[in-house]
Amino acid sequence: MKKTGSLLLLLAVSGLPALCQTDFVGEWGPLFHEDYPERFPGPELGDYMGIPINNAARLRGDAYDADRISVVPEYECRPHGGDYSMRGLSNLRISEEYDKFNHLLAIHTRMNFDEQARTIWMDGRPHPSEMAPHTFQGFSTGTWEGNMLSVYTTHQKESYLRRNGLPRSDKGTFVEHWMRHGDILTVVTSIRDPVFLTEPLVRSQNWRLDPGQRQTRTYCEVVVEVPAPPGAVPAHLPGTNPFLHEVADWYGLPWEATRGGSETLYPEYQGKAPKPEHVPAACDRYCHCGANGGPCDLR
Amino acid sequence: MVCGLTGLAQAQQPQQNFDDVKIQVTPVTKNIYMLFGAGGDVVVQVGDDGVLVIDTEFAPLAPKLMAEIKKLSDGPIRYILNTHVHGDHVGGNDAFFKLIPRNPDAPLNIIAQANVLNRLTAPGPNGEPGASTAEHPGFPEDEYDTPTKKIHFNGEAIVLYHEPKAHTDGDSVVLFRGSDVVATGDIFTPDRYPFIDLARGGSVQGEIEALNHILELTIPDHHQEGGTYVIPGHGRICDQADVVEFRDMVVIVKDRIQDLIKKGKTLEQVKAAKPTEDYDTEYGANERFVEAVYKSLGGK
Repeated sequence: MKKTGSLLLLLAVSGLPALCQTDFVGEWGPLFHEDYPERFPGPELGDYMGIPINNAARLRGDAYDADRISVVPEYECRPHGGDYSMRGLSNLRISEEYDKFNHLLAIHTRMNFDEQARTIWMDGRPHPSEMAPHTFQGFSTGTWEGNMLSVYTTHQKESYLRRNGLPRSDKGTFVEHWMRHGDILTVVTSIRDPVFLTEPLVRSQNWRLDPGQRQTRTYCEVVVEVPAPPGAVPAHLPGTNPFLHEVADWYGLPWEATRGGSETLYPEYQGKAPKPEHVPAACDRYCHCGANGGPCDLR
Repeated sequence: MVCGLTGLAQAQQPQQNFDDVKIQVTPVTKNIYMLFGAGGDVVVQVGDDGVLVIDTEFAPLAPKLMAEIKKLSDGPIRYILNTHVHGDHVGGNDAFFKLIPRNPDAPLNIIAQANVLNRLTAPGPNGEPGASTAEHPGFPEDEYDTPTKKIHFNGEAIVLYHEPKAHTDGDSVVLFRGSDVVATGDIFTPDRYPFIDLARGGSVQGEIEALNHILELTIPDHHQEGGTYVIPGHGRICDQADVVEFRDMVVIVKDRIQDLIKKGKTLEQVKAAKPTEDYDTEYGANERFVEAVYKSLGGK
């Protein structure tokens, strides 16, 4: 009798859902309180501020020519990487998948932009071998830390940290922490890249639950838009990029600070930063970008 | 990696202990696998007709590779294809030949572009006689010197494309048309700069043309990923997007060095200008690559 009672209790307990796990399921719209100009209209060329890049990444950014996206046909439909997708440029859908024992098997995300779907495996499976293919979204596994979901992603393809040429290599990994407060989802991402970063890049993004949101399809077809010799790859030769001083001149910033790097991230740098070479008399660009939810007009 | 078969005058078998090498097997599609031990990536296709192998790594690893292949299929190995002449890709040919049972109903064909056999049997630099096919039964005697060679095996068409003057002058890219897989040999090596073997007929222009051709052969699935899988000479399983990144790197570095040559820079000045500095943390600093590009472009 005692054994039967214990068995029944064990069976009952095993069917209970895990406690302290948050429900993230739903349609989420991105909020742009943070970093609106960079995330929405896009970063200025040569703006490497706030990113702990090494010199290799800096030089890659300097060489980057945005013509590449249209001249190299294979870039036309290239989506964001998993880490950049969570920068919140696109509407997000989160759903869950359970196995036949009612255990949470996976959490699925779908980004509207380029229909990027990601699976976050919740069943403790290991990540694939280093020889396995990489994808743009990567391979993700998740664990609960109280009511916070922590996600670890590997196996991403080469992509970018910022949409002005700052690269993120295929050795880059990232950790996310998902936190929900009411109808607000906050995701803090920490990107590590031994190839291009000298320390983790930590950024946060917020989303608001939007039950009425309906995602659309994104079709992309590769066509040759710009006649070019086969295999042409637009890039600036070293020292020839004419746009790199714009962000410093337009916003009255020290040129050195715009070059990014770990030192420039911290408050102590303010005391050491050189004076800007040029300060506009009045705000001339993106003066009200995103303020009070307003538009991001150039002037 | 520049290695050669035992007996070749021009290169040395690497001194390496293979005892602790474990063969990693990674499935690519339902009947194609990638194997990796210590040399180049090995590709295995299995099916009702038997087994096809692309490249054989080093001789001491042949028993381990054969053991893993046996786990994938009991069928006879009917084809060995070699993507190029380097020892980390052809070094196991003789050992494989000795390990594979002779079967007149299922003969073994060892295939490569004609320049592979030419270079394997070439006389040494001091006129000493080259290796012979009698001594090396694993040499690829089923050569081709046309732009393509075609096989039909295990229910699909397989096309070998000669890529002239790329990594070497004897490179083959292999397309599994039904499985939608491309094996590239060392034309594409996502984990390192390409080795442009000038001494064996390689050139940066040919390397770029070969990479462009690989891009033509590959078709991605959804939003630029998946679809045609690409098995490189070294490194992980890739697809078109990975090949594009690599091709773009080669073109950009080539353009930089070309610009420096136009400005009259010597090789030492080009090296000092560090034309690969933004790629070195990804592919590993390698002056040999800069030198090969410089010389390919006619730099003196």
